[in-house]
Amino acid sequence: MEEKELRAVVIATLKTIAPEVEEGDLRPDRPLRNQVDLDSMDWLNFLIGLHEKLKVDIPEADYAKLVTLGDVLDYLQKKLK
Amino acid sequence: MIEFKLPSLGADMDEGKLLEWKVGPGDTVKKGQVVAIVDTSKAAVDVEIWCDGVVQELLVQPGETVPVGTVLAILSAPGDSLPLPPPGAGGRGEGGAPPRRPITPAARRRAKELGIDLDSMPASGPGGAVTIEDVERAAAKVSLPRTAAASDKQAEMRMAIAAAMSRSKREIPHYYLSEPVAMRRATEWLAKANEGKPITSRLLMAVLQLKAVALALKQFPEMSGFYRDNAFQPAAAAHIGVAISLRQGGLIAPAIHDVGDKTLEQLMLDLTDLVKRARSGSLRSSEMSDPTITVTNLGEQGVAAVYGVIYPPQVALVGFGRIAEQPWAEHGTLTVMPVATASLAADHRVSDGHRGALFLAELRDLLQQPENL
Repeated sequence: MEEKELRAVVIATLKTIAPEVEEGDLRPDRPLRNQVDLDSMDWLNFLIGLHEKLKVDIPEADYAKLVTLGDVLDYLQKKLK
Repeated sequence: MIEFKLPSLGADMDEGKLLEWKVGPGDTVKKGQVVAIVDTSKAAVDVEIWCDGVVQELLVQPGETVPVGTVLAILSAPGDSLPLPPPGAGGRGEGGAPPRRPITPAARRRAKELGIDLDSMPASGPGGAVTIEDVERAAAKVSLPRTAAASDKQAEMRMAIAAAMSRSKREIPHYYLSEPVAMRRATEWLAKANEGKPITSRLLMAVLQLKAVALALKQFPEMSGFYRDNAFQPAAAAHIGVAISLRQGGLIAPAIHDVGDKTLEQLMLDLTDLVKRARSGSLRSSEMSDPTITVTNLGEQGVAAVYGVIYPPQVALVGFGRIAEQPWAEHGTLTVMPVATASLAADHRVSDGHRGALFLAELRDLLQQPENL
């Protein structure tokens, strides 16, 4: 999947949890959960959304790797290869 | 005959605006069925009926704002042979009713669907007949969006929270206790439980905490129930109000029913569903009026501990701070331990700090045996 396409899927999924998010305001190098104010239920729903759209498995042990938007994109890119 | 009144949907609600009827005269309703949608300062709520019966008459029309306790509808008991109003009379009785106007069957059906009163509506059809267009027009006038303009709604919610919390601080002699709880066993147990599970059925720590609170309440009934008319009424079951922050600001604390009797898996489903519905504005009236205690998990936002304000007429609130590693001394050894501070705000009219302390100790001990939750 193209990086641009993947990014669009991730942002669209994020918006189902946090409709107020503006893509331009997201810093790819800052912790996503703090920027968007996601509690653990929101975070889980975000990952479930990605799992359903992209058919990737995201074990709980990997959550710690997924801090910034950049981390999430890199992680998914690798999983999709 | 049964009077169906607008129920209280929480301490911060003293009136509600009827948005929509889900039933009409002649309909048979079952206890627990959603019969109307009412807008409160916090959210639109699906109002459930508390008994079985047959709807005789709708007394309040969509668009009207009425105080809690107002009779919304008249019902007859299921076996009652109370006559139904003749069709077309709009359920207003016969005596002084205006002469019947012709109403097209489609218009009648549509009016019933929308819960619109046919009597008061201007008619444009041949011979003064009410047409489906008339019904749609009348409906457009009264049917209001489920939520008012965002800023108004926020201001209204802030005022409602302020009123309820001021009342709480004025009337309830709060006392506060806190206890650091070792969370190693619970976090390890949870990680293991989630390990082999697909992401869609993983558990969150919040459900372990909710279940532990419910189990602790079994031995401390004075923490769960309602204080009304200068007396405490303990609750038979633990209906735990879960504080849910709304993305546009404000918060709401609807109940998960019978937490003590549910498995962790069931609680996770219930919590997921409740959060989703709280944010989309489709909570049920029993969820709003039933919480017997509230649990708040502000630790999610990173604070170490929370000292809550009790939501009247409840008598206690349990808070959990964030889970963070701390130096921990135990059996003469210093280790690093994931710790969460559990706190209790409770009502001195009902319990004392001594019992509160024992309650927190019980909660702490329950969280050391996650496999038994």
